[in-house]
Amino acid sequence: MTLAVEMKNITKTFYGMKANDDISFQVVKGEIHALLGENGAGKSTLMNILFGLYQADQGEIRIHEKPVKITDPQMAIQLGIGMVHQHFMLVDKFTVLENIILGAEPRKGTSIDYHKASKEIETLSNQYGLKINLNSQVRDISIGMQQRVEILKTLYRGADILIFDEPTAVLTPQEIQELASIMKNLTDEGKTVILITHKLKEILAIADAVTVIRRGKVCDSLRVKDTNEAELAEKMVGRKVTLQLDKEEKEREGLVLSLRDVRARDNRGLEALHGIDLEVYGGEIVGIAGVDGNGQSELIEVITGLRPVQSGEIVLAGDHITGLHTRQINEMGVAHIPEDRHRTAIVMDMTLSENLVLNSYFKEKFNKRGLLIEKSIKSHARKLIDKFDIRTPSESAKIRALSGGNQQKAVIAREIEGNPKLLIAAQPTRGLDVGAIEFIHRQILQERDQGKAVLLVSFELEEILSLSDRIAVIYEGRIVGIVDPKETTEQELGLLMSGRIKGKETADES
Amino acid sequence: MNLNMKKNNVGVPFVSILLAMLVGAVAMLLAGYNPISAYASFFDGIFSSPYLMGETIRQVTPLIFTGLAVAFAFRTGLFNIGAEGQFLVGQLAAVAVGIFFKLPFFLHIPLALLAAAMAAGLWGAIPGYLKAKRGVHEVITTIMMNWIAFILTNYLIRTYMKAESERSLDIQPTASISFGWLSDLFQGARIHLGIIIALLFAFLMYFLLWRTKQGFELRAVGSNPSAAKYAGMNVKSNIIKAMFVSGALAGLGGASEGLGVYGYMTISSVFPGVGYDGIAVALIGSNTPVGVILGAILFGALTFGAQNMQMASDVPYEIIRIVIAFIIFFIASSDIAKSVLGLFKKIPLPGRKGGA
Amino acid sequence: MKKNTFRFHALLSVLLISVLVLSACGGGNSGNAKGSSSGDSGADSNGSKQIGMVTDASGVNDNSFNQGAWSGLQKLGETEKNVKVKYLESKSNADYETNVNNFVKQGWDLTYGIGFPLEEAIKKVSEANPDSKFAIIDSNLGGDIPANVVAVTFREEQGSFLVGVIAGLTTKTNKVGFIGGMDSATINRFEIGFKAGVKLSNPDAEIATAYVGSFGAPDLGKQNAATMYDQGADIIFHASGGTGDGLFNEAIERKKAGQEVWVIGVDMDQSLRFGEEVTLTSMIKRVDNAVIQISKDFLEGRFQGGKEVQYGLNEGGVSIADTSSVNVSAEILEKVTQFRQDIIDGKIVVPRTHDEFSKQFP
Repeated sequence: MTLAVEMKNITKTFYGMKANDDISFQVVKGEIHALLGENGAGKSTLMNILFGLYQADQGEIRIHEKPVKITDPQMAIQLGIGMVHQHFMLVDKFTVLENIILGAEPRKGTSIDYHKASKEIETLSNQYGLKINLNSQVRDISIGMQQRVEILKTLYRGADILIFDEPTAVLTPQEIQELASIMKNLTDEGKTVILITHKLKEILAIADAVTVIRRGKVCDSLRVKDTNEAELAEKMVGRKVTLQLDKEEKEREGLVLSLRDVRARDNRGLEALHGIDLEVYGGEIVGIAGVDGNGQSELIEVITGLRPVQSGEIVLAGDHITGLHTRQINEMGVAHIPEDRHRTAIVMDMTLSENLVLNSYFKEKFNKRGLLIEKSIKSHARKLIDKFDIRTPSESAKIRALSGGNQQKAVIAREIEGNPKLLIAAQPTRGLDVGAIEFIHRQILQERDQGKAVLLVSFELEEILSLSDRIAVIYEGRIVGIVDPKETTEQELGLLMSGRIKGKETADES
Repeated sequence: MNLNMKKNNVGVPFVSILLAMLVGAVAMLLAGYNPISAYASFFDGIFSSPYLMGETIRQVTPLIFTGLAVAFAFRTGLFNIGAEGQFLVGQLAAVAVGIFFKLPFFLHIPLALLAAAMAAGLWGAIPGYLKAKRGVHEVITTIMMNWIAFILTNYLIRTYMKAESERSLDIQPTASISFGWLSDLFQGARIHLGIIIALLFAFLMYFLLWRTKQGFELRAVGSNPSAAKYAGMNVKSNIIKAMFVSGALAGLGGASEGLGVYGYMTISSVFPGVGYDGIAVALIGSNTPVGVILGAILFGALTFGAQNMQMASDVPYEIIRIVIAFIIFFIASSDIAKSVLGLFKKIPLPGRKGGA
Repeated sequence: MKKNTFRFHALLSVLLISVLVLSACGGGNSGNAKGSSSGDSGADSNGSKQIGMVTDASGVNDNSFNQGAWSGLQKLGETEKNVKVKYLESKSNADYETNVNNFVKQGWDLTYGIGFPLEEAIKKVSEANPDSKFAIIDSNLGGDIPANVVAVTFREEQGSFLVGVIAGLTTKTNKVGFIGGMDSATINRFEIGFKAGVKLSNPDAEIATAYVGSFGAPDLGKQNAATMYDQGADIIFHASGGTGDGLFNEAIERKKAGQEVWVIGVDMDQSLRFGEEVTLTSMIKRVDNAVIQISKDFLEGRFQGGKEVQYGLNEGGVSIADTSSVNVSAEILEKVTQFRQDIIDGKIVVPRTHDEFSKQFP
């Protein structure tokens, strides 16, 4: 048994905070080794050190049992380390082939030797089972395929240690399975894989060994076959966590939201919603399941007035809200937890208290003849900080200074506080750790229990399955099926999402 | 944490100034001048008499206005390079009201200022409108509007209000914000009421941005237009409003020069330059009203003191432009200043006693 | 926390030290500076004089009259042992008054304002300081000249007339052009003298004129030149400062492409900068001569305060460039010499304004 990677006593400090505190871990050659930890635990920092993006303050790195000093990514690549980033670093308008060789082009004289490149890449893709069309443009291929491009990029550069940073966050269940088999292929061929993740199930399914990191320290290294989900969760969070939601049965109440044959265009002017029919009742959570980019964003935007409706009608508790302005719709009782927290939910440069009144600052309570009433804005903030347990130095701190989980708590506090009729939650737990996820799930359930209608959009099937009372599957701008989560498996849902089968309820419509 | 940030905010500009003066000193040495006597005459040229101090304040005044204009736009996420043109438009409007209206001073001055703010505000709102409705980038349009303003103001002066020489007629004394007693206090320096107006507007800018509902919207739209839109704000109208206010601030600067320093407006063959300097002032002042005031004082004092450097030490004016350029450079690449700040970590304790 | 406070103090103390060191040196040195300047004025009693000049916003190296004025003062400083000379550059309109004041407050004996933009500054400071002497170049202060100011103007129309004659006799297309910086009385004199010279030597020639509105817009200069050349003009005279650089640029490009075009330069001999290939001749304004003359008058006690002094062909204030013979035929130059004499003798009166021009050339 030889070691592919060994990191010893790595310490890295940022602005007085120890992101990595004396971390040591070993990866056996030919294995899949998972790095498990909550967001901010220090996994990414550690891998960035390994990839040469950061330098450790202290500690030693050994690659194939030889001590090395990795000063930049170029050097890491020379040492055979490749990284598949969470956010793909691809040029949209280039072909797959061009993206793979970008920066490492084989030359013939002064021009690029495409022929040689495609030969080499074809060999690689056959060897590892990475089927791909080299001549497609990257913008035309699916997320899963784009990830293959990233993997091929690293292999083409001669990587034999591959780091995957949260690779499954953007994939469908089928794609996740395919990725798992690709990883197996890689290790069968003698490559070593390091998998950064916070998903316990994946580790149990794919990895050989796991190292759990909590608050910058290694809390354990285990063989996967010797552990289980509950143990890993406990080690990761540092306390016992309930993985199962206590969801009580609840009779649904009156109709709150209904969409009739709603059509809308996307940003490029192409029709993205092809006649959506959807109903959400009080006291139920309707989950929207679908692969990213099938019209979920457009659906939310037409309901909230952010995107014009081409045709069809949207009714909220008896009132037509089609074509109304965002603020009017919000005032009529639609709350919205946007999917992209940093881009659309909060203003990073404003304070927590300001962010908490971002959609209510104009109300009489917070302003008098155009002047803000600082006092009531702050007391409002303090109230919500208490109620939703937002961890912050003070209500006047910039929201930027808060952790992702606390930022999200602030968004939820702001949206729920308005006592809405309908709560739209888009990716409410994306990028959050187990503790925060648990809190947010409870809040959403609580809203439902109080008789509110909840529309939940998520790419995490587990989340959809465990929270929803009904699941509507969206595919290419159409609702292709409405299913009962209690009678549906992830596999069935995955097939619906990929458009391979049609749901029962819509079969007669089309 | 908070304290740490504050310290850096103060430290970076200071260290930047020191480093830049060092670079300036090196430049002087290379060019064969004595930096010590040059800097001495430089400080002399600012502080050594009431006249010089008054003139320094005169130099600082328009920079506060244009600095505020640029900073206000920055705060709302817009890059207003058009302060230059808005300044000219404001100056023309104020001077025109000053020339053609006959009113008691307590009406004449406010009317002239109002005209300047409105004219320059609308001038600034045009790029705002184009940005909001047509998506045209304001950097392009404001630069183009500068040229239009430059040529248009010259044309209007020459056609409708030209005096014997290459300038407009004189404004009525009732529109002047230059007061004999104030000048006499500073040995005849051209200091005028504009500085008070500038400080007042610095406060108003703070008040508008941080104390009003409108300011809340402007800041939200400026820092994150998507989030503002999601929260139900009207992003487009806020962009136009922001550019209006920014233009009005620059225009008031023009008015203050026209009504305070000259009492007329010249047909100029070159841009006044204060609008562009306002960008640097806003940057030095990290877009806060107080920062802008300090930045304008720094910038104005540097430019004015440079005149005396020419006189007393024969050092060309360009040296001080080098110093200014490096201040901006060091602030912009604040990592350099921060790393110098970091060096102080390693200074042994006795150094502190020595300083105190 | 402790560490932070400490770092802050360390920083502060270094700042303080620097400020102290600087101000200490400043104190000592400013003493010296004052000492030396008072030493100069002490020498005043020995007959030593100080003469300063303030440039307009285009600076001292403008290849034009600021530079001309400074070279005049420098020559003066070299020949007259007891005279100290100095210039101050202005960077904007606001600097004029403070720069003029700077000389006055330091006790300088004579201060020049170079260019009409300094009119107001010279007027204001001269009124506030009746004991100091001033001169303004290129302006007669609207005719209202204080007793301690001498106003220097040039008969640009006379020099422009001569280059107009050269253009009129040299043109092959019978079409010439004029590009002005700003549409002002001074620049009009260039245009009108030039037009008169062309018309008198070649009544059939057409003349295109354009004012670009700026002395610092070479792009506009180039654009206007291109239009004129395209419309058939083969010689363009300009009075537009840096804007003219664009004109030269356009001409050089066309010359390289084989087109027969010329530029007539202004203020200084511009063939020295842009080459003899495109520069037919230049209308030179001898600001240096004027400055030397006025300064000498002042030193010798003949200061003509309250008066406008005009420098024309006769006074050596305007002329054509010495290098003209390179491109202009001897035959034409001979005619130019004749016209020159006629102007000096008063046989020809060159128009100065649009009105005078339209009277002479209806």
